[in-house]
Amino acid sequence: MAETPKDPRDLPRTKPRFSATYTPDVMSEIRRAAATGIYDIRGAGAKRPLPHFDDLLFLGASISRYPLEGYRERCGTEVVLGNRFASKPITLKTPVTIAGMSFGSLSGQAKEALGRGATLAGTSTTTGDGGMTQEERGHSQTLVYQYLPSRYGMNPDDLRRADAIEVVIGQGAKPGGGGMLLGQKITERVAGMRCLPPGIDQRSACRHPDWTGPDDLEIKIEELREITDGEKPIYVKVGASRPYYDTALAAKSGADVVVLDGMQGGTAATQDVFIEHVGIPTLAAIRPAVQALRDLGLHRKVQLVVSGGIRSGADVAKVLALGADAVAIGTAALIALGDNDPRWEAEYQALGTTAGAYDDWHEGNDPAGITTQRPELASRLDPVLAGRRLANYLAVMTLEAQTIARACGKSHLHNLEPEDLVALTIEAAAMAGVPLAGTEWVPGKTGF
Amino acid sequence: MPNFDLNRAPLRELNRTLHALRPDTNESHWTVTGPDGRHAIAAGLDAPISVEIDGNVGYYCAGMNKHASVVINGNAGVGVAENMMSGFVHVRGDASQAAGATAHGGLLVVDGNAGARCGISMKGIDIVVKGSIGHMSAFMAQAGTLTVLGDAGEALGDSLYEARLFVRGSVRSLGADCIEKEMRDEHREQLHGKLKAAGLAGEIDPSEFKRYGSARRLYHFHVDNAGAY
Repeated sequence: MAETPKDPRDLPRTKPRFSATYTPDVMSEIRRAAATGIYDIRGAGAKRPLPHFDDLLFLGASISRYPLEGYRERCGTEVVLGNRFASKPITLKTPVTIAGMSFGSLSGQAKEALGRGATLAGTSTTTGDGGMTQEERGHSQTLVYQYLPSRYGMNPDDLRRADAIEVVIGQGAKPGGGGMLLGQKITERVAGMRCLPPGIDQRSACRHPDWTGPDDLEIKIEELREITDGEKPIYVKVGASRPYYDTALAAKSGADVVVLDGMQGGTAATQDVFIEHVGIPTLAAIRPAVQALRDLGLHRKVQLVVSGGIRSGADVAKVLALGADAVAIGTAALIALGDNDPRWEAEYQALGTTAGAYDDWHEGNDPAGITTQRPELASRLDPVLAGRRLANYLAVMTLEAQTIARACGKSHLHNLEPEDLVALTIEAAAMAGVPLAGTEWVPGKTGF
Repeated sequence: MPNFDLNRAPLRELNRTLHALRPDTNESHWTVTGPDGRHAIAAGLDAPISVEIDGNVGYYCAGMNKHASVVINGNAGVGVAENMMSGFVHVRGDASQAAGATAHGGLLVVDGNAGARCGISMKGIDIVVKGSIGHMSAFMAQAGTLTVLGDAGEALGDSLYEARLFVRGSVRSLGADCIEKEMRDEHREQLHGKLKAAGLAGEIDPSEFKRYGSARRLYHFHVDNAGAY
């Protein structure tokens, strides 16, 4: 019989064990909710681990296929958007576009920088909730004008000044949700553009005020075409939740372009519970959307633009290989401008966070001067330099995508195809509809 | 006076022709026949012309109008004069849902009744409805005036901001944060101006109206108001 120590502290003990259900993060949120009585609001997109493009790999050419010579043989990157019905479709040099982000959520300097960067790279940028600013139009060679439920700042002059119109039904961070821009960011200029009193919390509706459902959407698109004499490409943007049906209905309604935003896509301000628990990952949304267009005989006729967590040329190449025509970036573009830069670490610490994790974009205290309306912070961002950084980043993404495409033997990024891909995980294989690496198994499609 | 028959030429041709008119055009008065409920008739006008439409129109007639005067000798479908910036739109019959939705300016007069969501999200337009309006009218209305000679349906002015609502008849119910407010001389004077603009000066007594507006309790989100949403 073992001898029992006299002092119980000498007994072997089980080491402290954390719950996999009640993690430290979960418990901190419970304490925060209990103390404040209100849900957590933040910016950015889903932060939880999700099946993503990192779970896919390309099959480079070898004996069965031959590659193209890097730096020698052409690999096209240009994309035409809106040639289904619009008499003036837009042509971009790169399929990487800038997603809609509002003046109001972003500073004027940040919007200008996005326009400058996109123009240098030969691509488009997009307005947001709150309308079009002079700076934005002036610095954006190709500008997409968002037509949102709130219609803040909506006017026909800007509609006609735009190069394309994007009817926003939803976004990936909050499909089915509206928005709230807190009063701290409703300066006199922002309030004036939105016809609201300064300083109040501005609510954005989740539904359009003058139409409901796909049959009405078709008539709304018809109106927008009439107002612009049929010139402008008309996009329809949806948050990814039922991508097959939403894409089919958008196309049926007469869209020239469908924009599909996955749950990693960012937002200026939304409840954390909404961001993390509503919608589906970008990876899972693409194939059903492409299938919807194929079933209608409209693949490559109605262009598909995909956004939500696209960070590199590899991501771009994978999205295009799955059947999209272009991508849009938002969060990544802000990072290129200078968002969450460690150079502001001391100030992030003072805000109770750290560089790389800062997401209280709605509070308007962004040390990097991007998600703010405070002049002393906004002036920190040099729109010329920040625009240059964005252009550099877009160039790198395009070069990376070309590198991969050439390795797969493609003379244009649009020639990439699902057969160039395999998946590292069963989940990614199922979502992307490509084989698990080293097998011919596509979960849900072929036998094991 | 140019006439455009929509049974003989396509809508796009009408709208394109009207869009091309300069502010100093001599062709300043147009008539349109054969509308037959077509959508987006005279949408996007941008010149001080007048357009008279003989018959019923579909959705979004005179949508986003600027400067122009559009008269509809019939009924109007959803979203008549939606997002109007300036000018005048007159519906001689009834108007469907979302009349004057999100409009920033100008005057919309409906001789008959207007359906649900009249003036939804309005941003500065003046709307005068000689009949009654449906439910959820002036939802999230931001600015401008909505004058109703008849009755208002349920949830009038839900979550509205600074728009002013004048109703002569009954109100089925008020929406969240919408309250009846004192009708002072300045408001009677303002209402008189709107009635006059609608051609009703001397016919209607402004003192017969009640005024409704925002209690401004929901201007800043607070959890204690969660039950109001």
